[in-house]
Amino acid sequence: MSSRDTSSRDTVFASIRASLGVTSQEAPRRQAVADRLAGHPRGLVPARGQLPEAERLALFRDMVIAAAATIDHLPSAAEVPEAVAAYLRSRNLPMTILRGADARLATLPWERAPALDVWIGPSDGRQLAGLSHAFAGVAESGTVVMLSGPENPSTLNLLPDHHLVVVDAADVAGDYETVWDRIRARYGEGVLPRTVNWITGPSRSADIEQTLLLGAHGPRSLHVLLVGGPTR
Amino acid sequence: MSVEITTPRFKDNAKKALADLPLQGALSKVGPGFIGKRAAAAEKLPEFDGLRDSARDIKNHTLAHLDLYLERFEAKAKAAGGHVHFAVDAADARAIVTDICQRLGARTVTKGKSMISEEIGLNDHLAAVGIEPVETDLGEYLIQIRGEAPSHIIAPAIHLNKDQVEADFRRVHAHLPPERDLSEPTSLLAEARGELRQKFLAADVGITGANFLVAETGTSIIVTNEGNGDLTQTLPKAHIVLASLEKLVPTLEDVSQILRVLARSATGQDMSVYTTFSTGPRRPDDPDGPGEYHVVILDNGRSAMLGGQLREVLRCIRCGACMNHCPVYHAVGGHAYGWVYPGPIGSVLTPALIGVEKGRNLPNASTFCGRCEEVCPMRIPLPKLMRHWREKEFERHLTPATQRFGLGVWAFFARRGWLYRPATRLAMGALSLLGRAKGRFASLPLAGGWTQHRDFPAPQGGTFQAQWRARQAERRAAPRQEASR
Repeated sequence: MSSRDTSSRDTVFASIRASLGVTSQEAPRRQAVADRLAGHPRGLVPARGQLPEAERLALFRDMVIAAAATIDHLPSAAEVPEAVAAYLRSRNLPMTILRGADARLATLPWERAPALDVWIGPSDGRQLAGLSHAFAGVAESGTVVMLSGPENPSTLNLLPDHHLVVVDAADVAGDYETVWDRIRARYGEGVLPRTVNWITGPSRSADIEQTLLLGAHGPRSLHVLLVGGPTR
Repeated sequence: MSVEITTPRFKDNAKKALADLPLQGALSKVGPGFIGKRAAAAEKLPEFDGLRDSARDIKNHTLAHLDLYLERFEAKAKAAGGHVHFAVDAADARAIVTDICQRLGARTVTKGKSMISEEIGLNDHLAAVGIEPVETDLGEYLIQIRGEAPSHIIAPAIHLNKDQVEADFRRVHAHLPPERDLSEPTSLLAEARGELRQKFLAADVGITGANFLVAETGTSIIVTNEGNGDLTQTLPKAHIVLASLEKLVPTLEDVSQILRVLARSATGQDMSVYTTFSTGPRRPDDPDGPGEYHVVILDNGRSAMLGGQLREVLRCIRCGACMNHCPVYHAVGGHAYGWVYPGPIGSVLTPALIGVEKGRNLPNASTFCGRCEEVCPMRIPLPKLMRHWREKEFERHLTPATQRFGLGVWAFFARRGWLYRPATRLAMGALSLLGRAKGRFASLPLAGGWTQHRDFPAPQGGTFQAQWRARQAERRAAPRQEASR
């Protein structure tokens, strides 16, 4: 940090404290902040997603579709390779898919889709289709929650024209707050991976005459493969 | 885009805007689209108004403890390997960004949408030191190639039609075949996607704004529909986040509350397509992501706003609902406001950031219809704050002499009831008599500004005070009748 940075920092903090009429040493203020950070209260969580599993999955499916994405509900993960191949065929795409190192994807029976070429690694923008495993789904808004890392590189969420996302039915929560608790359980309090991506439908823009068009800069299509759980 | 301030010429700007036919065509679409979509999204979520209260309370709590949450944000961002820089003003922020870019030898910089970037005039500054800034939000790209400022907070090119976009693309993308078909928005979007994809992959530094900063984790958040912000921050060597002080929220739960009202208020979506939480640079085993992560936190006058009534403005999450519902914005568009922030939020924020001397026209350009406050997800009392600025303006003797004189005359009478009542009775009686034939006046002395655009209705019956007294007398009489029955 340069000295300019340091003096700017001091100026900004002094000005904030002068306006608030505080010194930063007041114990009750410090306590209020510490309590909120430690307790992270949930606030008002909409009733919409607070459903038993089958209804919750049905809501997730409806909301994914409402966000202009598509979804397949598969009985088990073993069906994923054939579902990926079927998707690519139906869109007339080359039988090639790029995925990360996620063990849940690595252990799938890829031999069931012998025509499919599976590549592993981040995207450099030349691939038409990418496959990721979501950390969670959120039924309330049809959102998939992606975490960065070698398991599921962020570039797979963004660069290929078609993004296919596997979501375990057991990971579909009613609301965002449940997902934050699960992330804390894995990474610890106050710690996040480099990127948490909430994705709700494919990329879009309405910047030309407010006409909504899909595929602005990110994927033109988002396809969710929901795996397991009860079907209604 | 440069930050030349034309706010003092608001009246001329507005006149020109009203006579600008293509602009009026584009503006006619603002209300019908946004208003219906927001209403439908709010209708579908029974907790919507409760979430607005929750969002307001979260920001009030944060602002009251801003110094402490900033300390926590700084500590957590650093612990994750990020750098946090504080900037007192625009020049300070520009210098911080330029230093980072020059140290990395950057030649091109991609940019996600950032109002702070507009506020500090970053693009002109980067260009002046030989670094090419490339706006990647489609709307921002359109106005960048036209050399314009944004005319709306979330839809910066809302003042343009597709024929104008086609003409600009043919001019700027001259390397593409001239006979290509660009008649449809889809072909325009496809062309922009292709052009910008190259820029994303080639950029040395990516600069984004921040919708929020989370103290709990040292995280910055961007919310986009296009995915341009994500590409901007993921592909280059460094990610620079431009944020102002008030973007802070305490926890992930807190920001989840506010996110539930943001997209619904802005575009009527339940959630925008990409809500991205970024914490620090690429981790040791990450296969992608930026090598450096910098957050520049800008004050530029905001800390001073914390002390008084204007603190409420700092709850703003820049959703654009106030301008989408504003009859003045619908009539003149965003450029007339003359600086970075248009609409009702601009009318209260601009005088605070550029001074009431330059910004005084804006809080006066309001019908006080109150729709902005009705729809504001953060419940900012925008009309009250516009009145605050009108009072400041009067206190500082910035109002025009004729207006002050008129108010002085009115105040002289209003403070002397024994004089006010007969004087108004006389004046109303005279007007009533003169206007008896038509019931209205097409012109009146001293009221030309009013009658130029509409008729002044002739008064009927007594003055308000006389009618009020009569009604009170009736009401006093009524209970007695009741009792005697």
